[in-house]
Amino acid sequence: MSEQWLGLITGVAFGALLQQGRVLRFEKQVGAMLLKDMTIMKFMLSAILVGMVGINLLAAFGLVKLSPKATVLGANIVGGILFGGGWAIMGYCPGTSVGAVAEGRVHAVFAILGMLAGAALFAEAYPYLEKGFLKMGSLGPMTLPGVLGAGPWPVIAVLAVIYILAFVFFEKKGL
Amino acid sequence: MKNAVNWRPYIAGALLGVLATVSVFASTKILGKAQYLGASTTFVRAAGFIEESLAPEHVKNNPYFAKEKVKIDWQFMLIVGVFIGALAASLADGSFKVEAVPPVWRERFGNSVGVRAVSAFLGGAVAMFGARMADGCPSGHGLSGLMQLSISGFIALTCFFGAGVLVAALVYRGGGGAR
Repeated sequence: MSEQWLGLITGVAFGALLQQGRVLRFEKQVGAMLLKDMTIMKFMLSAILVGMVGINLLAAFGLVKLSPKATVLGANIVGGILFGGGWAIMGYCPGTSVGAVAEGRVHAVFAILGMLAGAALFAEAYPYLEKGFLKMGSLGPMTLPGVLGAGPWPVIAVLAVIYILAFVFFEKKGL
Repeated sequence: MKNAVNWRPYIAGALLGVLATVSVFASTKILGKAQYLGASTTFVRAAGFIEESLAPEHVKNNPYFAKEKVKIDWQFMLIVGVFIGALAASLADGSFKVEAVPPVWRERFGNSVGVRAVSAFLGGAVAMFGARMADGCPSGHGLSGLMQLSISGFIALTCFFGAGVLVAALVYRGGGGAR
């Protein structure tokens, strides 16, 4: 099977799950940022909880390779803050914007057009950022177990407890 | 409060965790390279295709397009698939609904499609500029990063959400809220 077909099949399942989780909606995304409706956090942390165990199990048996993205403090933090600010106004993230249009929220088209413009703009800015800013605080790929000098499983166990406590908190508060 | 728990986001989320795991395994087996869920690089490639039709030389000479490669790859088709999957699922259970302005937005800023369009465009441009700078979005850094216990994922997701909470509090203050 080609790379493209595998991507498409995976994407159809991804889109159906995003839609069934009801996370494609502007009100869910903004609701999380207003700390009033934690649907997207429940969805993301559930996915992370299961995926964290699954992927690390596969890696432990040598069946797959992990490929964590490089940690670059300046770019991760400044880029992350810019993204968060834009996200609050746009009401979608890149993946959910496409799914939102598909479930009839046609206004998400303007978010997609804006993101295409933002990507084009970054391509123009890249030559000026590449050698300076984008190297600031560059630490290479780093993982939490690596930094703590621990194996992955104690870290996974602690994170799993934290995520589950978050779920309990959300449900108690009716978020 | 003894409200029944709505299991929907937990079940769909857990199934996405299974999908992410199966996808990493299947791509390793079939393609020889692990593919992790992500979305924002596809916007770079799509922008590259659009620019290529207008100014092919310009795209060829741009180091960022050269680095990310303007091509239809696994992730590009993943995003095409997201559209198809969301469309099929929403039609299947009747939750498909054409909406011109989000209700939460309308409560705060009124029913103007123009105001919503300009705001979404500008918000989208800033967000994507930031996502490319940070090298990922809530899928790549958030989901795939945290599944791999990546430090960059924890930093990026904290910044995404922290800045989102601050800006949302400023922008939607005085509106009817999100419920």
